[in-house]
Amino acid sequence: MVASPNSNAPRLLEMKEIVKAFPGVKALKGVSLTLSKGEVLALVGENGAGKSTLIKALGGAHLPDSGEIRIDGEAVTLPSPHVSQLEGIAIIFQEFNLVPKLSARENLFLGKEIVKNGFIDRRAERARAGELFQELGMSIDPETRCQDLTVAEQQTVEIARALASDARIIVMDEPTAALSQQEVDKLLSIIRRLRDEGISIIYISHRLEEIYEIADRVTVLRDGETVGEAPVSEVSKSELIEWMVGRPLEEEFPKCRSSPGPVRLKVEGLGRGTSVRGVSFELRAGEVLGVSGLVGSGRTEMARLIFGADNLDTGKIAISGERRIIRQPRDAIRNGICLLTEDRKEQGLILIHSAQENFGLPNLNAFKKGFLIDGKAEAQAFDSSRKNLKIKVSSGAQKAGQLSGGNQQKVVLSKWLEGNADIFIFDEPTRGIDVGAKYEIYLLINALVARGKSILLISSELPEVIGMSDRILVMKEGKVMGEIENAQSTSQETVLALALKE
Amino acid sequence: MLIALLALCLLFSLLTLKRQAGTGPAAETEMVGVVLNRISGSELALIVGASNTDSEILARNVYQQVIASGRDTARLIVGTPRDLRLALDEMAANDQRLGGIVMSGDAIKWRVIEQIPMNFPQFSNYLLAVPSERLWPDFLKASNLLAIVERIVVIAIIAIGMTMVIITAGIDLSVGSLIALSAVLSATVVKAFGGADAPGWSVGLGFLVGTLSCGLIGLFAGSLVHRFKVAAFIVTLGIMMMARGLAFMTTGGFSIDQVPNSFVWLAQGSIIGIPNTILLLVLIYGSAHIFMTHTRFGRYIYAVGGNAEAARLTGVPVGAMILLVYTVSGLSAGLGGCLQASLVRAAAPNMANMYELYVIAAVVVGGTSLSGGSGRVFGTLIGAFIIAVIQNGMNLIGIQSYTQMFTLGGVIVLAVLLDKARQSGGIRQLFSRN
Repeated sequence: MVASPNSNAPRLLEMKEIVKAFPGVKALKGVSLTLSKGEVLALVGENGAGKSTLIKALGGAHLPDSGEIRIDGEAVTLPSPHVSQLEGIAIIFQEFNLVPKLSARENLFLGKEIVKNGFIDRRAERARAGELFQELGMSIDPETRCQDLTVAEQQTVEIARALASDARIIVMDEPTAALSQQEVDKLLSIIRRLRDEGISIIYISHRLEEIYEIADRVTVLRDGETVGEAPVSEVSKSELIEWMVGRPLEEEFPKCRSSPGPVRLKVEGLGRGTSVRGVSFELRAGEVLGVSGLVGSGRTEMARLIFGADNLDTGKIAISGERRIIRQPRDAIRNGICLLTEDRKEQGLILIHSAQENFGLPNLNAFKKGFLIDGKAEAQAFDSSRKNLKIKVSSGAQKAGQLSGGNQQKVVLSKWLEGNADIFIFDEPTRGIDVGAKYEIYLLINALVARGKSILLISSELPEVIGMSDRILVMKEGKVMGEIENAQSTSQETVLALALKE
Repeated sequence: MLIALLALCLLFSLLTLKRQAGTGPAAETEMVGVVLNRISGSELALIVGASNTDSEILARNVYQQVIASGRDTARLIVGTPRDLRLALDEMAANDQRLGGIVMSGDAIKWRVIEQIPMNFPQFSNYLLAVPSERLWPDFLKASNLLAIVERIVVIAIIAIGMTMVIITAGIDLSVGSLIALSAVLSATVVKAFGGADAPGWSVGLGFLVGTLSCGLIGLFAGSLVHRFKVAAFIVTLGIMMMARGLAFMTTGGFSIDQVPNSFVWLAQGSIIGIPNTILLLVLIYGSAHIFMTHTRFGRYIYAVGGNAEAARLTGVPVGAMILLVYTVSGLSAGLGGCLQASLVRAAAPNMANMYELYVIAAVVVGGTSLSGGSGRVFGTLIGAFIIAVIQNGMNLIGIQSYTQMFTLGGVIVLAVLLDKARQSGGIRQLFSRN
C-alpha cells in the first residue's frame, strides 16, 4: 500500500475505518479514504467491492455502523441526504436523480427554488440556470423537459445542480458509461475546470484509460477494504488491475484464433425510419463481427430489427440461406437468434424475480412434464449453469435486482445459453462491469465461438471491439460506413475515421 | 397473512364464547338416552325443533334414532311455536299423556313451553329435557362457518381473476357491474323459457350465457389494454359503467325473480353432502393455483407484470397473456354473478354495488402487489376470508353496520402495512428511513 501525503493541513474529506453491514453481508469492513481540495480522486474496485455503499454513506443515505467522517478536520455525522448536501457534498448517481417530466430548470432548483414573495422567481432561476450551463460549456434551454435531453445534457443538469448548491465535493458514479467519445472529452474538460476552481471530484469508473487521463490520485477497494491508494502517476495499469482483482491479469482481451464456417446470417437492406438506412452484412458460424460507431449511429436499432423487437420497413433476413420473416422476438428466438440488450436492468431482466426464474423464462418448454413445469429440472439446470458461468448468487431464489452488474449480465447470458441459440447479439455487454467480470465474459464469448456460434458484438469501447472481433462493421447515422476485414490488426484511429467519415 | 386470519378467528372465538345448549352427535345421543330411559313408552314424547336452525337438525336426528330403536310413541314437531301448540291441542283432544318434551337451541325459548302448566294442566308432570350446556363460541358453530363461506364465495371466486389481472400490473374495476349483468342475463334467459316454470336445463343455459358474455366483455377490455395501450383503470372504469347501464337496460330497471327452484341449486345445493359453494371454491382455487405456479402461462403472467418489455424481449407472448387475464376476470365475474343470483333467488341490475372494491381488497390483503409481478392465488383466498371473518365477527358481536364499514376499511389498511413490514423484515425496518 503506497500512501502519499501532500502536506499536514487537514484534508477536505477524511473517511476513516468506515464499517457498514447489512443483513447477510458486510459491505464495508473498515474503509478509509482521503480527499484534498481541488483534487480528482478516482475510486476503483470490482462490483461488490463496496464503492456504492461508501458513497451512499457519504451522501447520507446510510449511516455507518462505525468509523469517522471528517470534513475540514471536523468530525461530522451525515444522517440524511439533506445534511450531506449542507456539508457541501453532491452525488451524481449513474442512473441520475432527475424527474423526467420536469424541466431542466425545475430539476436544477428542486428543493432549493429561488423564491420571491412566496412565489417561485422563474426569471431569476432561468438566468442562473443559463449562467451555470454556460460555465459548463453546454447550451441547454432550461425549459426543456429532462426526458427530452440527451444523456450528456442530463448529466450537465446534474452537475449544474451540484454547483448551484455550492458543492465542494462532487461524486460521479460511472459518469461516462452512456456517453460518446466527444461527450466524454467534454465532461473531462468540465471536470478539469471544476478542479481548477477548487472543487474536489470523486470519480468512480471502470474505464482505466479515463482515470489515467483525469485523476490525480486513485483509491482501490476490494471486498469492503481499502487495498491501495496512490498518485495516479506512480501506479501502472496492470498494478491497478492487480489491486482490484487480487491477482495479476495476463491479457486484457483473450482473443483466440478462429476459423469461421459457412455464412449463417445474411441481412440485406435493413431499414427503419431514419435510424437504420439500408444495412447489409454477412455473419458466419464461429465468428465475431464487431459493430462500432458513435452513439446514435443506429447499431442498437439495427440489432432490434434483426431480433424482431422493432418492425422492419425494408430489408430481408436470411438464416443459413433461407429467408425468414421475423416480426417479434418470439420469431427470432425460434430461429436461434438472441439479443442481450444494452440496458440489462430495464430490458434484460425482471429485477423483482429470482435469478432462477429469469433463467428459466425463455426455456420453460424444455422443463415440461406433461402440462406442468418440472421445477426440479429447472433448478438443476440453473445450478449447472451457475457453476459454468461462475455466477455469484446466494441461491437460485435471490432476486435479480440484488445482484451486481457482472452477475446480472451472466444471468442474462445463462438464459440464452440454455436455449441453444446460434446467433448471439451482444449490445454493450461489458458496460458498467468490473475488470474481473469483463474478462470472464470475454472467455465466455470465446467458448461460444469455439462451439461454432455466431456473435454480433456491438460496443462503444474501441479497445474491446478491436480486441475481441474477427471483423468490424462501422456504422454512422444508420448506414454502414465500412467493413474492416481483419480486426486484430487494425487501429482505433482507423475505426474512428470510418465512424466520422462524411 | 395466514397468521392474521388465524388470529382473527381466535379473537372472535374468544369474544363470542357462550354457554350453549348442546347440538351435534353428543347432544343427540344424550337426548336419545333421555327419551328411551326416562320417558315411559306408554306416554308420548315430543321431539321439538325450530325450523331452519341447528335445533331442527338435532330434533330430526334424535327422532330417527328413537324410532330406529323401536320406540313408537315419539312424535317429531319441526316448525314454529304454533306447530307445538297445535300438537298439544290435538293431544289434549285425544286424551293422550305427555311423557316429555325434548328440545334444544332456539326452541327452548318458546313461550308455549312456559304456558303449558297454564293451558294444559293435565300435562304438568312432563319431563322437559335439554342437552347439557357447553361452552362454545358462536363463531365456530358449523352454521356460522358455513355462513362465512356463503358470504364470501362470490367475492372469492371473482378475486381469482382479479389476482391474475393485478399480477400483470393491471386492474379490473368492472367486476361489480359484470356480476349484475351476468345475473340479469341469466335470469332473462330463464324467463324467456318460462320463468318460474322453466325447465332445469334452461337454468344451465342462462348461467352459461351470463358467464360467457362477461368473458367476452373481459376479452374486449383486454384488447383495449394491450392493443391500444389504454390504461386498464380507465378502460375497466368505462366498462363498469356501460355494463351497469346494460343491466338496467335489459330489465328496464326491475329485478327478476320469476325463476324455477332449480335456479338456486348452484349456490345452495350440494353434491355428496358437500355444499356446492365449498366444492366450487376448492375446485377453482385448486386449478388456479396449479395454473399460476406450475404452468408456462402462469410464469408468463408473472413475467408480464414484473417487466413487460423484458418479458417481450425474452419471447413471452405478452399480448396473449393480457387478453387471457382480462378474459378470465370477466368469466369469473360472470360466474360470480350467476352464483349471487342463485344465492338470493333473484337478479337485480343494482346488485353487487361496490363489489369490485371488496374484491380488490381481498387481493391486496392477500399479499399481491398492485405494481405487479408477484402474489399468490391462495393469498387471495386468505385475504377474502379475512374480510369475511371480520364482517361476520363484527355482526356476531353486534357492532353497528356503519361502524363495521369504518372498521373494515381500517383493517384493510392495517393488513397491508403489516404485510409491508413483513417484506421489509420487521416493524422496525418499516419505520427506518433506510
